[in-house]
Amino acid sequence: MKDAFGSPQSLLILGGTSEIALATARRLIARRTRTVWLAGRPSPALEDAAGQLRSLGADVRTVPFDALDTGGHEEALGKVFAEGDIDVVLLAFGVLGDQERAEAEPAEAVRIAGTNYTGAVSAGLVCARSLRVQGHGSLVVLSSVAGRRARRSNFVYGSSKAGLDAFAQGLGDALYGTGVHVMVVRPGFVRTKMTAGTAPAPLATTAEAVAEAVGTGLRRRSEVVWVPGALRPVMTILRHMPRAIFRRLPV
Amino acid sequence: MASPTGPAGTRTASVTGWGRTAPTTARLVRPGSYGEAVAAVRACGARGGIARGLGRAYGDAAQNAGGVVWDMTGLDRIRRIDAEAGVVECEAGVSLHRLMEVLLPLGWFVPVSPGTRYVTVGGAVGADIHGKNHHVAGSFTRHVRSFELLTADGAVRTVRPGTDLFDATAGGMGLTGVVLAAAVRLVPVQTSLMTVDTERAADLDDLLARLSATDHRYRYSVAWIDLLARGAATGRAVLTRGDHAPLDALPARARRSPLAFRPGRLPPAPRGLPDGLLGRRSVGLFNALWYRKAPRRRTGELQRISTFFHPLDGVPHWNRVYGRGGFVQYQFVVGHGEEETLRRVVERIAARGCPSFLAVLKRFGAGGSGWLSFPAAGWTLALDIPAGLPGLGAFLDELDEAVAAAGGRVYLAKDARLRPELVDVMYPRAPEFRELRERLDPRGVFTSDLSRRLAL
Repeated sequence: MKDAFGSPQSLLILGGTSEIALATARRLIARRTRTVWLAGRPSPALEDAAGQLRSLGADVRTVPFDALDTGGHEEALGKVFAEGDIDVVLLAFGVLGDQERAEAEPAEAVRIAGTNYTGAVSAGLVCARSLRVQGHGSLVVLSSVAGRRARRSNFVYGSSKAGLDAFAQGLGDALYGTGVHVMVVRPGFVRTKMTAGTAPAPLATTAEAVAEAVGTGLRRRSEVVWVPGALRPVMTILRHMPRAIFRRLPV
Repeated sequence: MASPTGPAGTRTASVTGWGRTAPTTARLVRPGSYGEAVAAVRACGARGGIARGLGRAYGDAAQNAGGVVWDMTGLDRIRRIDAEAGVVECEAGVSLHRLMEVLLPLGWFVPVSPGTRYVTVGGAVGADIHGKNHHVAGSFTRHVRSFELLTADGAVRTVRPGTDLFDATAGGMGLTGVVLAAAVRLVPVQTSLMTVDTERAADLDDLLARLSATDHRYRYSVAWIDLLARGAATGRAVLTRGDHAPLDALPARARRSPLAFRPGRLPPAPRGLPDGLLGRRSVGLFNALWYRKAPRRRTGELQRISTFFHPLDGVPHWNRVYGRGGFVQYQFVVGHGEEETLRRVVERIAARGCPSFLAVLKRFGAGGSGWLSFPAAGWTLALDIPAGLPGLGAFLDELDEAVAAAGGRVYLAKDARLRPELVDVMYPRAPEFRELRERLDPRGVFTSDLSRRLAL
């Protein structure tokens, strides 16, 4: 169960090697979290991540999960929920992809969209149903500022996050009053291995900062969290900027 | 929680404790008879159920995510009053408020009353509540002659003191079964007024000395302590102590209806108040005023029962003043001889500037027989803190460590955040409690968010 401060005792991470998710897990383990499930494609990186969290004192288990294999989601995630209540599900998988390649090879664009959007829709709904039966829990969805306005430089990724963001907002409304809380997290540019080699955008942030914002959001039962918080007014302006001007911005 | 529905009506609702933190959703069922209660327990489903009274437990003791919450306020009959012996037999959903309304005109008062009248008899057993008279009277279940308990097998058992089931249920937070009714011994009173002595204590040493030296002279005793005062004033407090007024203490006019019970009631606190209304500054100001307005020393003042025992009951939904983020109450006890621990905790709270208004310090008498019963001989401090205060969780964890190391414990009826590992340290009989539950309720019919969170 979560305590009065929203600190969970059990955590399920979808996308078990995500740096943001692992930073969040470390932070939550320092409080009350004792059980962590890492869902992801079996790999040495996933086992490494599990080992790291175990060394902090948590009981960590891994479960094979592939965002693109939506047919297998029910079974894989059903096993996790059958073992006991999950206080927080962190939906953290996603790929940035290669925009140029995606424009040249539609199959690559479909892979990005399928992972970030279709996979999240499937996994999100499967988890939502179990959380609903529990009558409590939070579903934390890692969206992105990229989803708030399509940018020339990564619109395939951005459009998938836009879909995910809209989906998560709607799911949050659907679950209102069921005891389940959905929180959309919109980080700006996060310096991680996913963005390595990319020039950081203004207001760049870190996985630790996102983790801290997730912790605060859980405490406040926030519906939307921006990281850093200054992105909220910035994006409000950018969203309303005429396209003719926005197109010319160096973003 | 909104208003209840009709008899045996079922609806799904978001449920929290009085502190309004950590809401979860449950099906609410309101049994109106023993038969309905038995049927409700039999039909509760895989996630179990927990009995709930008037929702004054601060934390998650009376909520059950995804399962059933039995609203016991439908079982509210007073069955028998033995006005000779001073015993009332009533159903578990009867509130202490109702008992006072009925019993005071007959010259009887409840044996133990906490800071609110809006607790049910069932809740009083489940939390083994205490009051300002603990140093002489002990906790509530000491005055219970027997109660009827609906257990997981659907049987209704009569449980008497001196048995394991009694001691597991007294303070057992509703996890051994549903208390359906109880027979409670009462105390005789001549009037419905209190004679009250008020005095100020300049600091914590002064306060502890006054309580130790003179508590035995009063049936009721409590100290409001200003936890925002620092330096030499750390622990300054206002002591209010008293007893039921004898008839001859009343002025002539009041003697005509000496047993009238007329609690005043103000309009409720509005909904949707913002967080942070009770910040360090506003609370500090309030505490300073509260301290200074108290007389240095006043004796024999006549006060109404509601003024003396239940000042906050005058403002319905006062818990809303903490805003949407809610609040936690922290109450712990440490034994006599652990005054240093108490002092350190008070100093740390003062140094941190927790905006806590009207924190309460009391001297407990000997503890009862309940396995998870909270009170034990020593000092108890209770304070409210807004839950949204950053870093509060870690801060309270540190206080827990100090309390546990001193052999003390926190009160489960008020808890919403204790580290589960500390339960067995603070409550050494918790393993026996689990064993009895395992035997009596192998399917885990009786389950609450508290029991899940603390693995009870």
